[in-house]
Amino acid sequence: MSTEGRAGPSAAQVKTERLLNLVLVLLYTRRPLAKAQIRSLVPQYGHSASTEAFERMFERDKDELRELGIPLVTEDIDPLHEDEPGYRIHQREYALPDISFEPDELAVLGLASRTWAQASLAGPAAQALRKLRAAGVERDVDALIGIEPRLRTTEPAFDAVKDGVLRRLPLRFAYRRAEASESEERHVQPWSLLSWHGHWYLNAYDVDRDAPRVFRLSRIVGGVRPAGDPGSFEVPEDHEPRLMVQGSAPPTGRPSPAVVRVRKRAGHSLRRHARTVGEVDSTWDLVDLDYTDLDGFAEELAGYGADVVVEQPDELVHGVVDRLRGAVAAHAGER
Amino acid sequence: MGASATETATARLARLLTMVPWLVNRQGIDLQQAADDLGVSVEQLEADLNLLFLCGYGQMPDELIEADWEEGRVFVGNADTIARPLRLGVDEAVTLMVGLRALREVPGLGERDAVERALAKLEDAAGAAAAPASRVRAEMADESSAELLARARRAIADRRRVHLRYLVPARDEATERDVDPMRVVGLDGRWYLEGWCHRAEDTRMFRMDRVEELTVLDVDGTPPADARERDLSEGTFRPGPDDLVVTLRLLPGATWVADYYPVESAEHVPASEGGGLVVRVRTADTAWLRRLMWRLGGRGSVLDPAEVVAEVRAGARAALTAYPADVVGGG
Repeated sequence: MSTEGRAGPSAAQVKTERLLNLVLVLLYTRRPLAKAQIRSLVPQYGHSASTEAFERMFERDKDELRELGIPLVTEDIDPLHEDEPGYRIHQREYALPDISFEPDELAVLGLASRTWAQASLAGPAAQALRKLRAAGVERDVDALIGIEPRLRTTEPAFDAVKDGVLRRLPLRFAYRRAEASESEERHVQPWSLLSWHGHWYLNAYDVDRDAPRVFRLSRIVGGVRPAGDPGSFEVPEDHEPRLMVQGSAPPTGRPSPAVVRVRKRAGHSLRRHARTVGEVDSTWDLVDLDYTDLDGFAEELAGYGADVVVEQPDELVHGVVDRLRGAVAAHAGER
Repeated sequence: MGASATETATARLARLLTMVPWLVNRQGIDLQQAADDLGVSVEQLEADLNLLFLCGYGQMPDELIEADWEEGRVFVGNADTIARPLRLGVDEAVTLMVGLRALREVPGLGERDAVERALAKLEDAAGAAAAPASRVRAEMADESSAELLARARRAIADRRRVHLRYLVPARDEATERDVDPMRVVGLDGRWYLEGWCHRAEDTRMFRMDRVEELTVLDVDGTPPADARERDLSEGTFRPGPDDLVVTLRLLPGATWVADYYPVESAEHVPASEGGGLVVRVRTADTAWLRRLMWRLGGRGSVLDPAEVVAEVRAGARAALTAYPADVVGGG
């Protein structure tokens, strides 16, 4: 054996062997097996000190296999001996259904899997693709060369919140609202998780506020803890993750016209959205354009500094002047 | 990804149960190739194969799994009981379903039909895992033009150079450049074209929503051999060693800045001292910072260094001179 000359196998190695043997034995059998039979067929159980030690170990192993999604079932071995349960794994419950994918389908599945390459779910994503490709022969599809969509999960709360959403597990966490300096304890039923404009959001029912709320994962402070049992609430059937997150953003108003003076070779983004651009002189152009949000547009225009001067309307002039004056005051320095 | 020193026994079991069907269908595959495709080292793969042939549905020789890789080619036999992969777990179903649904929305992606077919088959294969997986979604569409994205991808496939008219809003510049495109990347909710920029003589990432025009040139667009793609795990921002460190005070109402710009550190200010944040940013260029401070209109300010404080003040004063005195008022 090639392990010759090394120290004995590690505890984790022995456990993997034991679990793999257990899976093989329970998949192979055509009848449910009693514990005593399992103990004799899986050599690693034979080494356990006592029947009690074996049974404790077997109970833990059963739980861990089920945790992995392996459908280990308990069945009566023999109706005449009702008190003796038997164990087995049905092949049809265990195995991935036999589905064949076309080469272009495998290519987009590969792209979908690589989407997670820089995220906490990179391992499951690669594993899932390997399962689907187990029977197939990969071929590259040229059309997918050169495109790399990526999702990142830099928020520390991502994994715990994701598990809460998938298992319908009520959660507790400390949350800091956008402009608050202190965090508050929140208690929620997590409905869905959405990556939108590069940020992850949790849509949930806030139990204490008795209303649906949108949470930004980056504002969750510290740990996320379970606050109930898995499956203990229902997600409304008409819940639409994107509509809920979008609905939490302020509504956009009706477009209003504005006239601004823009220095030549400046204000490129404004020119892009202009209705008309006319020349004033060798230094300035006059730009007509529409805006929907007065404060947002005043901010944008103030950002151009001396390269943009607002002509109309008056409220926009005041909005820009107020911001520039505010910036001067905030940077007056110690004199 | 693959195995690591901290891999638990159950994680390794899950990996082996996927690895066996994969190898059974690729009898005789090169050892190194198999390790690469499985995302593990050759040593790890050999350790895994060593473990496999100790296991079986019984302990008689003909009941054990066969594993042979002596000639550098891997053969796995007598493994019929686990020759099919285990069903997809919920996390596994989530990754592929979220990825496919996001691809459906990608502007200019021509493979929508393949995405729909793959998604339908995957939902069947996932069984009970499909319903929870639909509660995780990702949106990857931004304001980029589908036509420009499709043109950029064609240029990559055909190895053609492109000419870009590209806006740099932070400096209010419209630039013209020739680029040898390397890939189209979707990251943090935006699409980028990465390529060798002949103007910068370096690789650059261009935000597609800021590309005003993209023309495919009849010129070979193979990037120089030393052009390297960026590691995407750190995002798009890459601070340089000589960058200036700037300290900003953000009052309540301006703390969104810390979410949208890469900050090195952020400290909360107690409500008794006005609330908000003090953050530090590292930047090569202060033009965008000046613009940001004018926009914030006093809800944000530069604390340090003093020359940046003076630049912000001078720029805002210069802008105010364009307005009549009765509008600007005293102060």
